[in-house]
Parts: sequence; structure tokens; C-alpha cells
Amino acid sequence: MSLLLEPNTTKIKEEKLYREMGLSDEEFSKIEELLGRVPNYTETGLFSVMWSEHCSYKTSKPILKKFPTKGDRVLQGPGEGAGIVDINDGQAVVFKIESHNHPSAIEPYQGAATGVGGIIRDVFSMGARPIALLNSLRFGKLDNPRVKYLFEEVVAGIAGYGNCIGIPTVGGEIQFDDCYKGNPLVNAMCVGLINHEDIQKGQAKGIGNTVMYVGASTGRDGIHGATFASDELTDVSDEDRPAVQVGDPFMEKLLMEACLELIKSDALVGIQDMGAAGLTSSASEMASKAGTGIELNLDEVPQRELNMTPYEMMLSESQERMLVVIKKGREQEVVDLFKNYDLEAKSVGVVTDNQRFRLFHKGEVVADVPVDALAEDAPVYYMPSKEPAYFKEMQELEIAIPQVSNYNEMLLKLLTQPTIASKEWVYNQYDYMIRTNTVVAPGSDAAVLRIRGTNKALAMTTDCNSRYLYLDPETGGKIAVAEAARNIVCSGGEPLAITDGINFGNPEKPEIFWQLEKATDGMSEACERLQTPVIGGNVSLYNETNGKAIYPTPIVGMVGLVHDVEHITTQSFKDVGDLIYVIGETKPEFGGSELQQIVDGDYSGKAPTIDLQVEAKRQKQLLEAIQANAVASAHDLSEGGFAVALAECLMGTSSLGAYVQVTGEEVSALFSETQSRFVVSVSPNKKEAFEQKVKEAICIGHVTNNGLITIINENGNPLVEMNVSEMNKAWKGAIPCLLKSEA
Amino acid sequence: MKFAVVVFPGSNCDIDMFHAVQDGLGEEVEYVSHTTTDLTGYDAILLPGGFSYGDYLRTGAIAQFSPIMAAVKEAVEQGKPILGVCNGFQILLESGILPGAMKRNEHLKFLCQNVQLKVVNNESMFTSRYEKEEIITIPIAHGEGNYDCDQETLDQLKKNNQILFQYEGVNPNGSKENIAGIMNKSGNVLGMMPHPERAVDSLLGCADGLRLFQSILTYWREKHVITS
Repeated sequence: MSLLLEPNTTKIKEEKLYREMGLSDEEFSKIEELLGRVPNYTETGLFSVMWSEHCSYKTSKPILKKFPTKGDRVLQGPGEGAGIVDINDGQAVVFKIESHNHPSAIEPYQGAATGVGGIIRDVFSMGARPIALLNSLRFGKLDNPRVKYLFEEVVAGIAGYGNCIGIPTVGGEIQFDDCYKGNPLVNAMCVGLINHEDIQKGQAKGIGNTVMYVGASTGRDGIHGATFASDELTDVSDEDRPAVQVGDPFMEKLLMEACLELIKSDALVGIQDMGAAGLTSSASEMASKAGTGIELNLDEVPQRELNMTPYEMMLSESQERMLVVIKKGREQEVVDLFKNYDLEAKSVGVVTDNQRFRLFHKGEVVADVPVDALAEDAPVYYMPSKEPAYFKEMQELEIAIPQVSNYNEMLLKLLTQPTIASKEWVYNQYDYMIRTNTVVAPGSDAAVLRIRGTNKALAMTTDCNSRYLYLDPETGGKIAVAEAARNIVCSGGEPLAITDGINFGNPEKPEIFWQLEKATDGMSEACERLQTPVIGGNVSLYNETNGKAIYPTPIVGMVGLVHDVEHITTQSFKDVGDLIYVIGETKPEFGGSELQQIVDGDYSGKAPTIDLQVEAKRQKQLLEAIQANAVASAHDLSEGGFAVALAECLMGTSSLGAYVQVTGEEVSALFSETQSRFVVSVSPNKKEAFEQKVKEAICIGHVTNNGLITIINENGNPLVEMNVSEMNKAWKGAIPCLLKSEA
Repeated sequence: MKFAVVVFPGSNCDIDMFHAVQDGLGEEVEYVSHTTTDLTGYDAILLPGGFSYGDYLRTGAIAQFSPIMAAVKEAVEQGKPILGVCNGFQILLESGILPGAMKRNEHLKFLCQNVQLKVVNNESMFTSRYEKEEIITIPIAHGEGNYDCDQETLDQLKKNNQILFQYEGVNPNGSKENIAGIMNKSGNVLGMMPHPERAVDSLLGCADGLRLFQSILTYWREKHVITS
């Protein structure tokens, strides 16, 4: 649209054009009140993106406030590009997770790729060197061509971006359930490393300092992406394809290296990524945080298309751009620095003292609004909440133990469920070893990266079993945090903190808001108990297709500190003769379980219970045992229960087997998904040391060299007896096989 | 001995190559920008992996025109050891320093995993520390590693013992004759898709790549002793 054709203020107001941009009548009135006049077209655009849920968290703010965000190690909590946690020796780890669900539903390759690009910028904008990427993905069942297409293209997009920029993609998790069929989830997490003195803030401080634009030029791509992300998907969402951006990882590689050099310069005052809502959010937030104002001359903004209007430039979400504030007079240094990377750095504005956000274009003022009106004064909504009818029904259901006639067959079937099956097909497309720090590659409980030049390492994972959250959001929220911590502990790490990727349906529906409230209550409690504060994250609401919501999916991205690389532990059994222990008793719990899905075709009943005090105690004891080098392998019990966990401990070992005895009701012993349990192997000469640390561990058998998995009951009768190689083949082949089969 | 790691815009295995020499081999190493035109101060030149110039157009297609390539060609003429890994190999092919061309992996996907290689020729300056026919484990990570050449070139490669490494067992990318790494006729330029620089530290699971760097050092020391 050319500038001349833009609607005037009368038209915007009378024809309610602001509604198309996602603003409600009340919100528009509030803007009029704040300005004391009707906003023009550009200004309406600025408000519409800054007041979108994606940028303002207007409905989730009251919820997010509940999260514990403080801790001895937290150097930066929520509110900046990414959170920061101290890891001793003057070093810190920086991390954040972010969703790119809606773009990925429409254009999966670019949607996923730019999701990765965005989260990387968030991390290096803090001054940190990105060292690892993780992701958390949700798709429908792999039984129709559209879902397969989304799955293959999302994976390719993540790989394409991460591999090219040269940051290893080291971990993640994927679940497949019908509720994600039309609305896949693509959450990308980036972890960075920083020295304390290099920590940057996105603030536009210092009146008279220069605002510079660095990186790629601005095009018309991604206009209104943030608004698009804050609405439900429908059958006509394909028409929003222009709202999806296109990624250029090569450009980002240059930009990242240039910015990491720039942070060493004292000419730099502040730096922020141009992510959602592009130039508008980066500039207004930087000024708002510093209590200053900003003036931008849009004629100076590098543009890749002709005749762009202020509205288009301000709302563009073109990728690989950063905004930096530079000490007045030092601009040329920055220009020269970026030129070395074949990049342009351009002065586009100045920091002012009037706390206003003023835009100039062709000599005219095209927008003039208070900075805080954009960045701070978005309305906050306290949405009505209502317990959904299904919850009560589920809670009242009697415990039902699914019927299983052949345990061997069932174990094999479980191992080929795509949620449990090997994800090798996925992670082999990711360069997970580049930068040569990956000690534990994808496929174990958590990825582990050494920190070069130290004895330390970082363990990292993403987790969330949304089936439990659907049945019981509060319990499921606790489990999501606890499971992430279990994975960190099993890898030899001390859980440090989490980033949350909150993916829910439409919060305007009271039942959905109730899920959001309960899930975050559960997460908050678990974070308190396990001492893993929330240091940042992302909220993605309106994940619905044609009115049907996804399961509540608050993904937990957790990072842990491995104090000594000697403590690094994996899930695989190591040596013949090692003793196999289980920590934690088993109850008949099948609500939301993989077995229930196979037998009933759906999820019902109560989610597994969790006692956070017990959880914390077991994690502490196991970590101490690992740190005392008394543990050969450790694995948490999750989807598919004990039998699946035991099988996973044998996958990839050359000829090992396991001989174990279980007690109690057989189906539960094998497949129940009771929480807070671990399977651990211990070298015989560490038996006493281990048992002393973990008193409630029960020795159930030993590692053999016959390549067989044998599980007997208390009478000595075999329940499961199978070749590990046969299991391994089925487990590894399941996903490629599903992708190849005709839908 | 002093190594140069050439950094093109978009190189991203440069740091791994640097550390393999510095920490693994314990020799001197420097990053050298693609704009440099003089490599006389270095005893060996390493072209690292990555996505030079985004690998837009074709892998390595734009990097061959970098200012530094003239100096690399001089170093080739002088007989200095030149190692191109992954994207470095692709650049050596595009610039005609090594024969043949690279196609996309047969299954059309990027593939990152450990693979087994057979040391076909252990009499080169790059492989003297391996046994002949030895099977070693080295990671690959590429989307275009499907080496191809015409029959005449292949005959030449075989005749001159220019094939140093072949994939053992499964060929991960469909390359002709299971080729994983080849050298030039004079024997001082090696291009290979697998990443020896990622396999120099057993903490990360495998250290079979270290002997490749040690072979280069051994060659240089012997030559240095004789000429000085």
C-alpha cells in the first residue's frame, strides 16, 4: 500500500480498521485516551503489534508473575532477551526458549528456520556466544501426508539454519498426538556462554547517543507476524503466508560474529534483536527500559524493496537485524567493524530525553507517541477461569489397568510408537557435534557439552508430557519440571534454572485459561521445590485449529551444571555384571500413558501423581551417588514405563543384555508411568558406595552379555524375553518406516 | 610447525580445526582471513568446513574466488601440506585443485554421524601414522558429500594411489567408489568429507582423527631435519 492510499484517522476509527490489526474497540479507545487524539495509520500499527499477546503478554502477565524467578545464581531473570545464570569462575550460562508455531503451521521450513534464527539472536544480543540449540516439537500422528510434510520440513528447517550458522543442535523432544494435527508446535531453545563482564542489556541510555541499525535490510516480509501469532489458525490461514519470514543463516552467522566483536567495544551502550514486531519493539522497548525516548529517521533504514511506507518498515519482521545504541561520536568505529564482515551499520536515530517515540519519514513526523504507551501501557487482562467439565469426569474415573495379553509384543509395539521410537532420523540431520564440545550427543536423557578450558560441563534438556497436562494441568505442570530435572540429574548435572515455552489454546475461553492457571501453578511449585527458578521464556496462545485447542503444553527447557566432566553419565548400560537398580516404587498409573493410547486409543483418567518432596530427595541422592562416581548409568522412567526404560538402557550397546526381576501386578510393573523413578546400573565394586547414598534403591538384576532382555516375575516366570538387536531394529526403524508408508 | 586455518565468510568448523592443532597436536596455529593474499609464513594450510558464502549457488562455488585462493594455489605449488575438510574439500574441487565434483547426498538429507573409514593408502604425508587398510571412526556432517568424477579421473585416482579414505560398510552419501577423501597427484593436497578435527579428544568419543594431524607433523619434521 502506498502512503497516499493509507486510510486517514476518520476512516480508521469509523470503519474500525484497527480490528483487522487485532485491536479491540476498548483497546483503541484506550489508545485515543493515551494520545489525546485518534492515532494515524502508522501509530495504530505500532500499537497493534506492541499490544498483541506475543509482545505484551497482556493475558498471560498475571500468570507469569507467579513464577519464582530469583535464586542465588540468577544474574538476569525474565525481561531481557534471555535469562542468565551464574556457573562459577566468572562464567554464566544464557538461555531461552521461543515458539514459532503459527509460521511453522503455514510454511514449515521457513517457520522453523526463522524460529531458530530468532532465538539465537536473543542469546547473542545478551553478549553471549551461542553454544547449543535444542528444540521441542509436537505434531499430529504420522498417518497423513500433511503431518508428514510438516514434520519433515520443520526438521529440515531447523537443520538448515542451525547447521549453516554452525551451532550444534544437541537435543530436544518430540511427541505426536492428534491435537497437534493442524497446529504443530515448534519451540527452539538456544544456550549461550558468557563471562560476567560481557553481559549486555537492551537499553537505549544516554541522551544524544546514536541508534544504529545493523544486519539485513528491511523488506515487506513478516508484516504483522506478532499479530498473526496471536490469533487462532483457520482453514484460510494459508492466506497469511506473507506474514511468515524467510531466514538467511549465512547473514546471521556474519551478524553474530560482528555483534560478538562489538560487545567487546566500550562504544556499545545497548543492543537488542529485532524480533517480533521488528523495529517497533526493539526501539520502543530499549527506550522504555532506559526511561528515555527515541527518534528514528526512517529514510535511513536500509530497505530491500521500493516505496516502503513507515507502517511497513515499522511492522516488518525481516530477519537477521539488530538495533544497537552507540556512544555519540563513535559511529564510524561501528561502521568499520561491520564492514569487515561485509555488513552495513547505519545511523537511523538518536536517544532523546522526552520519553517519546517519534518517527520521521521524508521530512514529516509520521508517528509521535509516548514510549511507555507502547511498551508498558498495554492493557492487562484478568481472564475468567472455569474448570472444564471433562476434568471432573476424568478425576472420577476408577483406576483402570489396561489389558495386555502378550508382554513381548506390547513392549515391541511401545518401542515403535513415534513418541518413544528412536529420533535418530531427526537428529542425524542436525550437526550436533560442531564446535567439538558435545560429550553426550542426542539420544540420552540430556545433552552434555563440556566447557572448553575448564573441568565443567553443561547438561541441557527440553521436556513436557502434555498428555498428563491435559488430564490434570497442575499435576502435569509439576511433572514437566520434575522430568526435566530428572534428565539433568541422570546426566550428572545439578539443575540450575528453566526457561518455559508456554503453548496453550485460546485464553479467552475460560476452560483454557483455567488450564493455563493450573499448569503454571504446578510448574511454580515444582520450580520452588527443585530450586530451578524461571529465568525467561515465551508465551504462545491461540494454538487452536478451527476452534479445537491443543493440549496444554508448557515446555520446560532446563540447564544444569556438571561440576566435573568425570560426573557425566549416560543412560546406556556399560559392563557385563553391573548391578541394575530401580529407585522408586511403582503404582498402577496409566492415565495419559503410552500404553493407554495403544489399548484404548485415547487418554483418560487421572494423570500419574507426584510428590515433589520425594522427587527432590531422590534427585539429590542420585546426584550425590553420581558425583561420588558410584553410578555406571542412569535413566529416568518416563513414557512406556519400566520395560521401555530398561530397553532404552540397552539400545546401542553392542551385545549387552539385562536379566531382572519385577514384583507386584505385572502390567503396572512393566508399563505404568509412575513418576520419580529411575533405573540405574552400578559396578559391583561400587555396590556399597551406591547403596549408602541411595538407600531406597532396590537391586533387581544385572547386566548380561547374551544380548537378551529378560524380565521375570516374582515366581521366576518370564514376562519379557527378547533379542536386544530385534528391539533395536524396530525402535530405530519406526519413524523412517512411518514416513515411507503410504498414508 | 605453524598451521593456517583459513576463515571464509560462513566458515564454521574453523574453531574446531584451530583447537585440533593447538590442543590436540600441540603446534602453533593461526586464523587467516579470506582477504589475506600471502601465506608464506605458514607450513601447512587448513581449509575448514562450514557454509562459505552460505553455500549459495553451489557448495564452495563462491569461495574459490576469494583473494586468498591465489595464495593457496601458490602453497600447493610449493608442496606445502594442504588439508580441506568438508566445505574445504568442496572449495578445493570447485577451484580445480582436486579433480571431480560434489553432488547432494544420495538420500538428499544432511547427515551427521560417526562413520567408519578404511585407510586405503597409508604412504601419504596425511596418513603415515595409520596402518594400511586400518578401519577408523571419524564423524561426517554434510548435505553434499556425494563425490563424483568421470571414469578417466577415477582410473587416474586409483592408478596414482590418490584415494586415501573410503567409506567402510555403509556408504553414507552415495559417493563414487565409496570415496571419502582424495589427494592430488603430487600428494600434498588432501580433500575429505569426514571431519578428522572433530575426532581428536576421547572425551568426545573418538580420537582417530588426531593421527592425521600427527602424520602431517611427522612429514614436516622429517623434511625439516633433512633440509636444515
